[in-house]
Amino acid sequence: MSVAPAELDLPRSADEVTPEKPWLTIVWNDPVNLMSYVTYVFEHVFGFPRPKAEKLMLDVHHKGRAVVASGSREAMERNVEVLHGYGLWATVRQDT
Amino acid sequence: MFRPMKGGGASVWLSPGEATLLRTLVVPVMELLSDPARPAPPADLSGLAASGAPAESADLFDDLEKMFNETAAEAPETPADPVLARLLPDAYQDDDEAASEFRKYTESSLREAKKYFAQTMLETLPVKGGRVKLSADQARDWLRALNDVRLMFGVRLAVTEDFE
Repeated sequence: MSVAPAELDLPRSADEVTPEKPWLTIVWNDPVNLMSYVTYVFEHVFGFPRPKAEKLMLDVHHKGRAVVASGSREAMERNVEVLHGYGLWATVRQDT
Repeated sequence: MFRPMKGGGASVWLSPGEATLLRTLVVPVMELLSDPARPAPPADLSGLAASGAPAESADLFDDLEKMFNETAAEAPETPADPVLARLLPDAYQDDDEAASEFRKYTESSLREAKKYFAQTMLETLPVKGGRVKLSADQARDWLRALNDVRLMFGVRLAVTEDFE
């Protein structure tokens, strides 16, 4: 009698694995930091062109917070260290 | 007041009173960051003799073990002092464990960095005022030190509204 080939328990392909959602650096508004200072940090420390730096600063100012970067958790934590060095308040969270 | 210099630095002329005032403002920030209630992990190993060789290797390993155990055991929390909490804020909002982990590995270097900015300012402030010329790096350190001073005032004066 013939034996049906056993079903192979193949591992799922890499396409089926959900990639981890990126992590975000968020900068929060605070009543002390000057708008000019926040723009300076975004422009000269993070390298955003001036218009983008100003836009992000205004988002922080008017909306209370802004996402300034996304990527690996480690990179986001490094950003936060730098931002805290400049006195901005920043946090890390995973994108939803 | 501050004028840019070629090469990215800045220069400013300060009266004796202004120099004294700036010094007076920066010192409390430095003191807070050196808060004895939150000592930085031991940087020097007391087991080393003057020649640089370990006096006794047992002492050296004891010190190292103590250092690692202290770091492993502590689960640092947001500082109780509100000024320190603002200078060394949480890096995670709704995750105390992640915030504590981040703090465990980064707080002491952030404190040292901020103390360094304040120290740069103190070292470049002429006692009797006068012209101060700052390199680009020194100007950046002044910027951060002064911002920490502003944050300290903001917390102490309970500044809550944007005045801009």
